[in-house]
Amino acid sequence: MTRTARLLMFAVAGGLVAALLVLGVLDLPDFGASDHPYRDAAVPAAVLHKTSNVISSINFDLRALDTLGEETILLASVIGVTVLLRPASDEHEHESISGSGRLLDSTKLMGYVFLPITLMIGFLTIAHGAVTPGGGFQGGVVLGTGIHLLYVAGSYRALERARPVGVAELGEAIGAGAFACVGIAGALAAGAFLVNSLPLGAFGDLFSSGTVLLLSCAVGIEVASGVVVLLAQFLHQTVEVTEEHGQ
Amino acid sequence: MSVYAYLVAVFVLLVGAFGIVRSRNLVHAVVCLSIAQSGTYILLLAVGYQSKATPPVFGSPATKPTKAVAEPLVQAMALTDIVVSATVTALLLAIAVQIHKRHNTVDPNELAALRG
Amino acid sequence: MNALIVITLTLVAVGAVAVVLSDDPARQAVTLSVYGLLLAGLFMTLSAPDVALSQIGVGTAIVPLMVMLAVRKIRDRR
Repeated sequence: MTRTARLLMFAVAGGLVAALLVLGVLDLPDFGASDHPYRDAAVPAAVLHKTSNVISSINFDLRALDTLGEETILLASVIGVTVLLRPASDEHEHESISGSGRLLDSTKLMGYVFLPITLMIGFLTIAHGAVTPGGGFQGGVVLGTGIHLLYVAGSYRALERARPVGVAELGEAIGAGAFACVGIAGALAAGAFLVNSLPLGAFGDLFSSGTVLLLSCAVGIEVASGVVVLLAQFLHQTVEVTEEHGQ
Repeated sequence: MSVYAYLVAVFVLLVGAFGIVRSRNLVHAVVCLSIAQSGTYILLLAVGYQSKATPPVFGSPATKPTKAVAEPLVQAMALTDIVVSATVTALLLAIAVQIHKRHNTVDPNELAALRG
Repeated sequence: MNALIVITLTLVAVGAVAVVLSDDPARQAVTLSVYGLLLAGLFMTLSAPDVALSQIGVGTAIVPLMVMLAVRKIRDRR
């Protein structure tokens, strides 16, 4: 349909949806009210499992099955991108030309200075998932993006050598598999899939809350590898694949 | 005035949808989809907010656990959703790149006119 | 309902309109990055530091980077 017809239809349908949503929203509990039944159930359960970070407890302990599903979506999307971004029939791959492009010295310096700091922050965020804000998802994202500071600091070749894509793909599979394995180990040890079966430790310690730390590391590896593979596919397409008769 | 947060969430969702409908470029449409998704995060977190409550993290060394914290369940949902939807956005961008390779255009109006 | 939350909510609404109305996808990547920061600020005022951390990493760094790479790939082939 034409663009004006589309906009007209959106005006009608969007107006209707907006009216319904506003009516629904007016019936919600007051913003900032203290009536939160899930919180009243989740916080005592997390404290029982000696986890200081209640959100990590929900993600990796109380509702770990959901996280397994989310991880699988991530895996499937990355596989989809890898399959989609193949060179087309009229393109060829070539090695990236090193040293091409202008780069400010200050950018290079910032890249090299921040690379170890960012990687360390990523590892710390994953490892402290059970006690401070953080966890596998956030730390994995920081790690995955941090390694690309090598590319920002000037060298695609250095990035390729630092993160061979095969290793990243393997890392992703290992992360996803490790999550399922910890779950199966819980089933064998204590009778139900993804049960928190390791020793729980003391509230607020780094090595507390049993399997939350393990699952956080597994998800961290998977998310970091997933981000690296995604960016590798896009970078490969822009830097190393060109049209046959192109500009 | 206390429904302002929910209204902003609904507004952002509809603005994102409007952007998709009005878009002349598939990459622009994908970014607008990402905006619409962020509207849902705002709604989730607004539902879980409690005034004068702390975040649901007790830290290390741990403070005394109390029940006067924000709702942790919606935060857990929003957190995993943000990361996963970024990878789905990557998938959509890859589809847009492939469409450009096949049909040499990323304008939705021109694409609709192509016959097989 | 304090003033800080109202201000961040309004900024987020304005940011969303700005992203949707930027027609050039290359410009939109930058606006999206700024919107990601505004959103992270909103999440912090709503007592959600975990979600803010996630949003900064993803919405400010990864998604704009991929949008820029996609735009560059499409432009190179034109």
